[in-house]
Amino acid sequence: MDHLEQLESLSVHILREAYASFKNLCMLWSIGKDSTVLLWLARKAFYGHVPFPLVHIDTNFKIPEMIAYRDRLAREWGLEMVYGMNEEALREKQTFPDGAIDRIACCRNLKSTALANTLSGKWPRYVLNHKTGSYEVYKNTEPYTGVIVGVRADEEGSRSKERYFSPRDRENSWDFGDQPPEFWNQFKTDFPPGTHLRIHPLLDWTELNIWEYIERENIPTVSLYYNQGDGKRYRSLGCYPCTTPIESPSRNVAEIIEELKSGGLKNVAERSGRAQDKDDGGGLETLRRDGYM
Amino acid sequence: MAEILEKQKMNIVIAGHVDHGKSTVIGRLLADTGSLPDGKLEQVQENCRRNSKPFEYAFLIDALKDEQSQGITIDTARVFFKTVKRNYIILDAPGHIEFLKNMVTGAARAEAALLVIDADEGVRENSRRHGYMMSMLGIRQIAILVNKMDLKAYSRDVFEAIVKEYTAFLKEINVVPACFIPVSAMLGDNIAALSPQHMPWYTGKTVLDMLDAFEKEPPPLDKPFRMPVQDVYKFTRFGDNRRIVAGTIETGSLALGDEVVFYPSGKKSRVKTIECFNAPAQTQAVCGTAAGFTLEEQIYVTRGELATKAGEPKPRVSSRIRVNLFWLGRDPLVQKKDYLFKLGTARVTARLEEVRRVIDASDLNAASKNQVERHDVAECVFKLNRAIAFDPTSDIGATGRFVIVDNYEIRGGGIIAEGLDDRQTWLRETVMLRNYKWEKSIISPEKRAEKYNQKSTLLVLTGEKQVDRKAIAKQLEDRLFEDGKVVYFLGIGNVLYGIDADIKGRDGNQHQEHMRRLSEVANILLDAGIILLLTAVELTQDDLEIMKTTVSPEKIETVWVGENVTTDIAYDLQLTQHENVEESVDILKAYLQDKGIIFRPW
Ligand SMILES: Nc1nc2c(ncn2[C@@H]2O[C@H](COP(=O)(O)OP(=O)(O)OP(=O)(O)O)[C@@H](O)[C@H]2O)c(=O)[nH]1
Ligand SMILES: [Mg+2]
Repeated sequence: MDHLEQLESLSVHILREAYASFKNLCMLWSIGKDSTVLLWLARKAFYGHVPFPLVHIDTNFKIPEMIAYRDRLAREWGLEMVYGMNEEALREKQTFPDGAIDRIACCRNLKSTALANTLSGKWPRYVLNHKTGSYEVYKNTEPYTGVIVGVRADEEGSRSKERYFSPRDRENSWDFGDQPPEFWNQFKTDFPPGTHLRIHPLLDWTELNIWEYIERENIPTVSLYYNQGDGKRYRSLGCYPCTTPIESPSRNVAEIIEELKSGGLKNVAERSGRAQDKDDGGGLETLRRDGYM
Repeated sequence: MAEILEKQKMNIVIAGHVDHGKSTVIGRLLADTGSLPDGKLEQVQENCRRNSKPFEYAFLIDALKDEQSQGITIDTARVFFKTVKRNYIILDAPGHIEFLKNMVTGAARAEAALLVIDADEGVRENSRRHGYMMSMLGIRQIAILVNKMDLKAYSRDVFEAIVKEYTAFLKEINVVPACFIPVSAMLGDNIAALSPQHMPWYTGKTVLDMLDAFEKEPPPLDKPFRMPVQDVYKFTRFGDNRRIVAGTIETGSLALGDEVVFYPSGKKSRVKTIECFNAPAQTQAVCGTAAGFTLEEQIYVTRGELATKAGEPKPRVSSRIRVNLFWLGRDPLVQKKDYLFKLGTARVTARLEEVRRVIDASDLNAASKNQVERHDVAECVFKLNRAIAFDPTSDIGATGRFVIVDNYEIRGGGIIAEGLDDRQTWLRETVMLRNYKWEKSIISPEKRAEKYNQKSTLLVLTGEKQVDRKAIAKQLEDRLFEDGKVVYFLGIGNVLYGIDADIKGRDGNQHQEHMRRLSEVANILLDAGIILLLTAVELTQDDLEIMKTTVSPEKIETVWVGENVTTDIAYDLQLTQHENVEESVDILKAYLQDKGIIFRPW
């Protein structure tokens, strides 16, 4: 087995454990390359099916192309596609682009808070109706007790200490001083009522592995990742006011792999285009403590 | 591209006593090999300057704010590192005893280990405990780094003394060290390059050399095929009618046409297809693969069984086991308490039967106690409420490892040394042989269930002598029959004077034989798709266990009828007799609906 097959097998194993252990399971899909690989791995694990809903937290500031791509794949792959958003903050203009608050507070409003309330079912969820092709209010308001997330350990410091199965308390927060042990493919799959678990099948993958796998499996990705002729592309996708494209000549997957291995990105951190990281003193720890992905 | 794909991947753990310099070794290794992202070193240095604290290489790894402020590693970090030869994930474990569970979490994933000992402090409690834990976790390659040589004026004598002392310790636990390296992590001596200036007397491997010198263990392909069943998938959407047995292959390999046998049930079938998504059809699957296959004949298997191959060594099946374990829970492991026991994908309830000896992992002293305290290592005997399939670790490592869960948390882990005989060993052997020889119908259990619109189930009603179980059972039979169910009432007497005519009495073995025959009859009726209502007076847990060995345990529901519970049976439901027969029947019917055995009309 080569290294991609090994990574794939462990991730599939984790997805299957999650599916066997949680009644109310969902997968977060940010539309980025990592969670799209994760979605693909779910199709691998369940032989073309995705037996749980995909949840997207829409900040309303996502690059429009991302939403179009999301809905196209949802239709093609027959996904149970659900989204949620912080409608109140958007209505009251409590956002960074509106000039009301700083970047960290904006992330907290539009992502962490929206996520917590979408997962708990307190705020409305919208689901894609495959017959009409449009979204409607989702009748299922039960809280999700297992949430599959595509974070990778190599992204930044606090993520390097994550577990594959990571418990969150009622407030959605993460106590990383006291994480459960996890060994021999035995994970924490038992949890008291009111709490939930985050499941991280991609922890051992690096950014390079992700692109190698996208190439090998021919996974469709958003064109924003590629230079369309202007010498710029996105390395990591987020909200447009806080994510800037990088200077890069790469026009396709093979060129990105080359660039990561020996080209201009060999020693450059991936999230260097994300402004909110810098505001947190170089790490995402504060945000992640409160339930950020 | 091809060259990168062939590159090996290896997980290495770095362990040792608190503050001996593990994180500093890794930080230095990254810095000296140019493995840090551009600007990372400067950013951490700048951060230290701003907060006026001295720069530490360890801060490159100890990313959490609490870790940096306390100068201690709290949780294991995954550090990605590559050489020309391999891609490594280095697991930087914490050395403080409080975080032993985090150390275990990291170490259990590792194929080799670096153990750091401070030259100034010498061999300490966790230097030994971590060494012992790693050998228990199955890590066979260990290199020892004697760190902070700068504090001891790079003295060769100091180094040699530690080599001598620690080698003697490792010998006691049967570990042969790969090598000892004198280093100064802070100053970079012998980390990525030798240090002729400080330690001309050392010309062996650097830490960097040692990583590449660890050997990659070959995958266990020549071992018998073992795959714990994770699930059986049948996703009917888009007209898919495959029924796929899924799981990760731990050892050996599987090919089309192979005969597979599932344990503990002993059921068998042949591999029809090996399934995959977005890849050409496969004829074989090897260990390490998260696999899935379909079977020629539809047999009923569930998560928790162990798939094996006919003709290869069989796994052990038992409900009594002797184990070696380590305990991480704050509360000690005690007798007379139910714990959840997880091995592979099986989950059973377990009780500590006996503690044979307790070892203090830091000094290898043995003591006799009847409980196991936090951070102790012990040899114990467990009684499980249901037999499971496993291999003693000396045969196959992967299928002999377990964890123990209490109050939602993993509190300990260990390896099975051997399976002990339990009272049902003989019965289990018969049942496995019966299942193995079972002639299967063309009609699958699912088809039957669909046709009859019910799940075949054995509903056992038991209770005190004077309580009228039969009236309830007969009424329920009548009601279900009227609803169109395929149902049958069986009083124990119907068996006693016919099938059992050749054995008399209620004592010992004969009673067991009564129960066995009754259960075999039940098994046939369940295979026919029936809901079977059985009444019997005062059944014990032993009786129930005989039934559960003979009939698939998921198909049995037990009801205690009456106020007083006079036996030790663990029943699923109690009827207190405040209700009349009609009401009791209502309750039972609702219960069957809740359990999805019969469906609620809509
Ligand atoms: N003099 C000297 N000090 C060192 C050396 N290596 C590490 N130290 C110091 O020892 C202290 C502990 O180092 P760490 O790397 O944090 O130790 P650790 O083993 O990772 O500690 P835990 O993870 O908390 O168990 C720090 O203050 C380091 O600067 C060395 O080679 N020489
Ligand atoms: Mg450390």
